[in-house]
Amino acid sequence: MRNLKFFEAIREATAISLRDDPSVYLVGLGAPDPKGIFGTTEGLQSEYGADRVFDMPISENAMTGVAIGSALVGMRPILTHQRVEFALLSMEQIVNQAAKWFHMTAGKKNIPLVIRMIIGRGWGQGAQHSQSLESWFAHIPGLKVVMPATPYDAKGLLISAVEDNNPVIFMEHRWLHNTFGEVPKRKYKVPLGKANTIKSGKDLTIVSHSYMSIEALKAAMIMKEHGIDSEVIDLRSLRPLDTKTIIQSVKKTKRLLVVDNGWTRFGVSAEIISSVTERIFDELICSPSRIGIEDVPIPSTRALAVHSYPTPSKIVKAAGKLLGLEIKLSKEQKKSDPLDQPDQNFTGPF
Amino acid sequence: MDTKLIKDQFFQMLRIRKVELKISELYPEEEMRCPVHLSVGQEAVAVGVCSALQRKDIALSAHRSHAHYLAKGGNLKSMLAELYGKKTGCAEGKGGSMHLIDLEAGLIAAVPIVGSTIPIAVGSAWGNMMQNKNVTTAVFFGEGATETGVFHESLGFASLHNMPMIFVCENNLYSVYSSLEVRQSNKRDNIKIAEGHGIVSLKGKGNDVSSVYSVIKESISIIKKQKGPVYVEFDTYRWLEHCGPNDDDHLGYRKNKEVKKWKTNCPIEKTKDYLLNNNLADEQEIQRVSQEIDDEIGEAFEFAKTSPFLDKKHLYTSIYSD
Repeated sequence: MRNLKFFEAIREATAISLRDDPSVYLVGLGAPDPKGIFGTTEGLQSEYGADRVFDMPISENAMTGVAIGSALVGMRPILTHQRVEFALLSMEQIVNQAAKWFHMTAGKKNIPLVIRMIIGRGWGQGAQHSQSLESWFAHIPGLKVVMPATPYDAKGLLISAVEDNNPVIFMEHRWLHNTFGEVPKRKYKVPLGKANTIKSGKDLTIVSHSYMSIEALKAAMIMKEHGIDSEVIDLRSLRPLDTKTIIQSVKKTKRLLVVDNGWTRFGVSAEIISSVTERIFDELICSPSRIGIEDVPIPSTRALAVHSYPTPSKIVKAAGKLLGLEIKLSKEQKKSDPLDQPDQNFTGPF
Repeated sequence: MDTKLIKDQFFQMLRIRKVELKISELYPEEEMRCPVHLSVGQEAVAVGVCSALQRKDIALSAHRSHAHYLAKGGNLKSMLAELYGKKTGCAEGKGGSMHLIDLEAGLIAAVPIVGSTIPIAVGSAWGNMMQNKNVTTAVFFGEGATETGVFHESLGFASLHNMPMIFVCENNLYSVYSSLEVRQSNKRDNIKIAEGHGIVSLKGKGNDVSSVYSVIKESISIIKKQKGPVYVEFDTYRWLEHCGPNDDDHLGYRKNKEVKKWKTNCPIEKTKDYLLNNNLADEQEIQRVSQEIDDEIGEAFEFAKTSPFLDKKHLYTSIYSD
């Protein structure tokens, strides 16, 4: 089996979508530039033409409307933003227009549209380049929200997103772009709205998404060394949310820890815990718990930023609490906590 | 002057006026339970623009969309049923007055967020361009929309890619109660702004249907020759309140003199005078067609009133497309 990096998987999925459907086009600030959105769009313009892959003016709001308008007359646009924060300029078009059209027209017009947004982290990027705002979008009926954690899912979910007939927010964590894993060369799809159990276990359920699924998996491996067998569920999609898989797992383990990729308050973890407690409260043997980004804007300095995020150590500690255990991490185990880069090999650009 | 055309334009304006006045009359029954932004006084822009377009061409509108919808050929019964919130409405009652749509007539969008349909119009023009479809797109908006950022962004992108489209600005001088003076510098000129983007810009008389028509005809030939968008601006005036069935002259935000001046400059009366003075129509014919219009409107209201609502089970339908 062939290994690809996450960013290469995104690129490959985009290329396949452009190749297989002439109505698909790609537009984004810097999409055809030499760096190609961290490599995810590199070379696509020379391969598929300047009439399929476009750069754009710094007009995020209008360009979202433009993408919507083109979708109304039969195109299937992929719009990309280098950071989530730039997409905020287009919230009106996303929330009022894209999400509502199918409903407002009683199904007469749907908007097949993929909007890629990249979540930054590390290297001092600070308050306006490091926000995980997925819960904003997941709040809106009419949108779908997808957040792959592995290269395999990145390719399969992006192809599904492009073929979906609805507006799909496709969020990529920048720290995932250089991770690698098995990715088949063929065209395949990962269904939207289906979570993936990335590690089976019986002692507790850890639910996470996007980059935090990697941290949760690291934590699970550390716990394994301490004799704890945890199950890790990678959500993959926030909307539709695969509540069924979560409930099944918690029914088995009786304990739930949610590791949120975004801020803890008013976010994904609240939704997951509510969904579980209102259905199977009686089956839990302890109160569910959650861990996410601290309730502060992300500071630039690594001295503080490092304390803002959940780390494998923190996840292990939170899991231990649920089990009534105090788990002492070895020096080696603590090494898996990142400072301001995902690993030594990742040297930017961030 | 094409007699058939001007007569047709006159009766279309009359029909729109009559529909709007009937809505105004019946609104207090509280059966049309959605906000309505009536187009009374502004009929000439809608009819002038749409009579210059073909049926396959696309139009998009904003909150004050009734006239545009009807002028573009939108189905009257579906529109009224939509206002009554009925299943037979153009959006089964899920859209309301502010989200009219008639795909067969090419009225593909109307939304009340000021400025929002402008980029969507640019996108639909672009999408048709990418598919080599010979379609002209017209987007209606008020002068208030020219104050939004997205208007300027849209001009820029439409110019960059030479979109075959017409930006139609209806300047009715007020955004709700706020006059132009408190919103735009008197040194500002939208024509120059559009020209600054490299877009050919034209002005016409907004209450003169023939003036509007010829400006749009000229725009279409510019689009064909120069392969680029055109910006057009028409001054006009809304007779009734911003939102609702009544006039709001008692509030005093518009000078009586100003209201009177614009009402004397009525697009329908002016065209009627023209038709009569030039013996293109007589009172008898006008009365006959006027009666036909009344009958059609009466029937459409009856249809809307007697149509059923959607069943409760439809609360969760048409949220996502399969």
